[in-house]
Amino acid sequence: MDERELRELTGRVKAGSLSRRRFVQTMLGLGLTAPMAAEMLATAGVARAETKWSFNPTKRGGGGLLKTLWWQAPTLLNPHFATGTKDQDASRIFYEPLGSYDPDGNLVPMLAAEVPSLQNGQVAKDGTSVTWRLKKNVVWHDGKPFTADDVIFNWEYVMDPATAATTQGSYRDIERIDTLDSHTVKIVFKKPTPFWAAPFCGTEMIIPKHLFQAYKGDKSREAPTNLKPVGTGPFRFVDFKPGDIVRGELNPSYHVPNRPFFDAIEMKGGGDAVSAARAVIQTGEYDYAWNIQVEDEALKRMEQGGKGRADIVASGNIEHIGLNTTDPWTEVDGERSSMKTAHPFLTDPAVRQALNLLVDRGSVQDQIYGRTGIATANFLNAPSRFVSTNTRWEFSVDRANAILDGAGWKRGGDGIRTKDGKKLRLVYQTSINPLRQKTQQVVKQACTKAGIDVELKSVTPSVYFSSDPANPDTYAHFYADIQMYTTTMTRPDPQRFMDQFTSWEIASKENKWALTNITRWRNAEYDRAWKAAETEMDPLKRAALFVKMNDLAIQHVVVIPVVFRPWVQVISLKLRDAVKSGWDSDFWALAYWSRHA
Amino acid sequence: MTARAVEKLPVALAAPRALLWREAVRRFRRHRLAMIGATVLLVLVGAVVAGPLAWRLPVNEIDFTQKLKGPTWGHPLGTDDLGQDLLARVLYGGRISLAVGVAAMLIAISIGTAIGAASGYVGGAVDHTLMRITDLFLSLPQLPLLLLIVYLFRDALRKALGPEGGVFVLVVAVIGGLRWMPVARLVRAQFLSLREKEFVEAARSLGAPPLRQVVRHILPNSMGPVIVAGSLDVAAAIIAESTLSFLGLGFPPDIPTWGRLLFDAKDNLDFAPHWAIFPGTAIFLTVLSINYIGDGLRDALDPRRVLSR
Repeated sequence: MDERELRELTGRVKAGSLSRRRFVQTMLGLGLTAPMAAEMLATAGVARAETKWSFNPTKRGGGGLLKTLWWQAPTLLNPHFATGTKDQDASRIFYEPLGSYDPDGNLVPMLAAEVPSLQNGQVAKDGTSVTWRLKKNVVWHDGKPFTADDVIFNWEYVMDPATAATTQGSYRDIERIDTLDSHTVKIVFKKPTPFWAAPFCGTEMIIPKHLFQAYKGDKSREAPTNLKPVGTGPFRFVDFKPGDIVRGELNPSYHVPNRPFFDAIEMKGGGDAVSAARAVIQTGEYDYAWNIQVEDEALKRMEQGGKGRADIVASGNIEHIGLNTTDPWTEVDGERSSMKTAHPFLTDPAVRQALNLLVDRGSVQDQIYGRTGIATANFLNAPSRFVSTNTRWEFSVDRANAILDGAGWKRGGDGIRTKDGKKLRLVYQTSINPLRQKTQQVVKQACTKAGIDVELKSVTPSVYFSSDPANPDTYAHFYADIQMYTTTMTRPDPQRFMDQFTSWEIASKENKWALTNITRWRNAEYDRAWKAAETEMDPLKRAALFVKMNDLAIQHVVVIPVVFRPWVQVISLKLRDAVKSGWDSDFWALAYWSRHA
Repeated sequence: MTARAVEKLPVALAAPRALLWREAVRRFRRHRLAMIGATVLLVLVGAVVAGPLAWRLPVNEIDFTQKLKGPTWGHPLGTDDLGQDLLARVLYGGRISLAVGVAAMLIAISIGTAIGAASGYVGGAVDHTLMRITDLFLSLPQLPLLLLIVYLFRDALRKALGPEGGVFVLVVAVIGGLRWMPVARLVRAQFLSLREKEFVEAARSLGAPPLRQVVRHILPNSMGPVIVAGSLDVAAAIIAESTLSFLGLGFPPDIPTWGRLLFDAKDNLDFAPHWAIFPGTAIFLTVLSINYIGDGLRDALDPRRVLSR
């Protein structure tokens, strides 16, 4: 898939021969994000699809109490201190960003009057600035007007190192913010920035200057409004017990007419995913529950005759198998899997290709993940044919055998292949999770048939995913030959996600295994493409660069993608328009939620 | 006593000892529950040893068309969620579970008996020290200790004995090494009371050295509670092994020990109960039969107990 082919595709969407949704799905399949796909369509001149709400009330309120359940409880209500989606979601009840991402990745104006673009001239052609026009009738819950000063304050607040905000990464590229008038700001970046929507959009909400300016810097944690938010959102603050419950009531002066529908909202935290699913589907005690990581079989059984349903939304999360390019069994300078070593046989392209053919993604999807994992068909095959439905990943023990035979790996007496005194024996590690153990067994069986001996290892998740530099069993140490886990793409732009294959991000003892390149793969061509994408302003050219990076990683079998893992939440059958976006908070459209009798 | 008489003495003693053993066997055979237990255990052991030779379906053949099937002729115990034959898995896993259980029990009992005996017989400072060590072991937080031991020795043992052998030694040592304390206390209590008994005093006054007193006279009489504790330990060890697997510290996840089978089955209890029932029954039968055998042994070996004829 190169730039020309991408242009052809966007052209087909414009002509109407390819549906918008199909295009977005295809881009997801290539490892891009929906927001990027939407940006590409906008550039090609395809009109943005407005989100349609099934219920349009003629007056505010009247909906009663909305009860939602988060099995991890929020601990504070300042979006700039959020340490996970739980805090972001709780803050989103009261605060809003300039723009939100809908499920298709379109930027939808919230506090902005319109979304900037190259077409309307608000995004500079060279990518060095973006101009936001703000909505004029917006007031904070305490009655003070929302203005350009609030926007600028948020940037200053976050960038003060003493504030210790968790959202710094999104604001780091800003050089300065100019006020054009009381409701217009111009954000000037340090260098051309194709992803100009990082600051103030999505989960980057805006807090009021008049209540926080006294608490900028090292007093930031003392602000009473950290726990009693005053925002612009559809609900006003009522009560908050950290680690337990958040309550809000309808904001009578909300800036969208006739919204919200509900008179009050309750966000209860705690418990576990299974009981949360039961509370919505079986007992009907709650209307909505977040992030339900439950086996599909169990969900289906609950859904039969239940009061709710599972809602499954695309995301960029990929369950994948990473192949170690360094030697995990030799210690050099106090670390294994050191950059100074090379893996004894995983450096052989034939072995990597064979392994790729031995992962039966179809069975993994059909028999193990069900609706909650989708085999990554288009991610792997010849990109030039990717739109056709007959391109599929391949599972073939015979072909794997042929490749290994051809490369000179001979079967020994025990059925295990050997070459130059090296045996094809792998340690395959993952976290403890029934779904993953089943996948491990499926892969192991195929490998055994191809003469590869696989030893399975499973590590308790709290250890495996910890960032403890002293523990050899974390995924970042990668003291195994191959390992499997899900990488989550939390940001709407793939740039930060793709740095996991760049040579400067290699995890090692030196950086306490904190960097993102876990497979320790190095490729100069990939590095160049990544750097080019960082400043490329044409969305199509940029997308082509990302596709190229993906192809490089896949062709070299750095990773073997297994399934996409969509977000799963459960929703009461009575709740309407509670559409989750994979690129934004669950509450991105909270004001539009409603319930029928 | 003449020299001739002394020469003859062992011969004279030998006859009653043989009689004692014959008597014990006779008593054991009269214990009906113990006999049933022994039969069941023999069948189980025979099945896991010889079964895989007769039942030739592979343990890890994945066949999704057969997944979660109840018992049929093709799969007498049904299949799991990957379509693997449960009979083959139960038989294969039984080898490991039984071996782990028995080996860990033997380790726990040997250490426990040795420490309890030394402590109870010698008394004084030795008793004090050994009992404080026992207390120390009892108060050790087991889980962090397990983690530590596994991290320290796993790789070395794996290199030396291979993935399964290494884990086996580790698991058995860890479970056995952390379960001897109750046995030690039981044995010590027995020794404290028995060493003052007339028959021990008699042996002592006849000039029996301490080791002989302990091995010949006190130990056999204190074995009753130890055997019962040991039989319970087998069950605890089988379960403890599954706990270790649960934490990812035991056997690799694809080795179907009984504990692992139960763990995998627990989420599917409501619609595939066969998956949990068979390995569960196997553990249950093993534990129960070992318990009854223990009961029978205790009765049979207790010379003071008079059985009604």
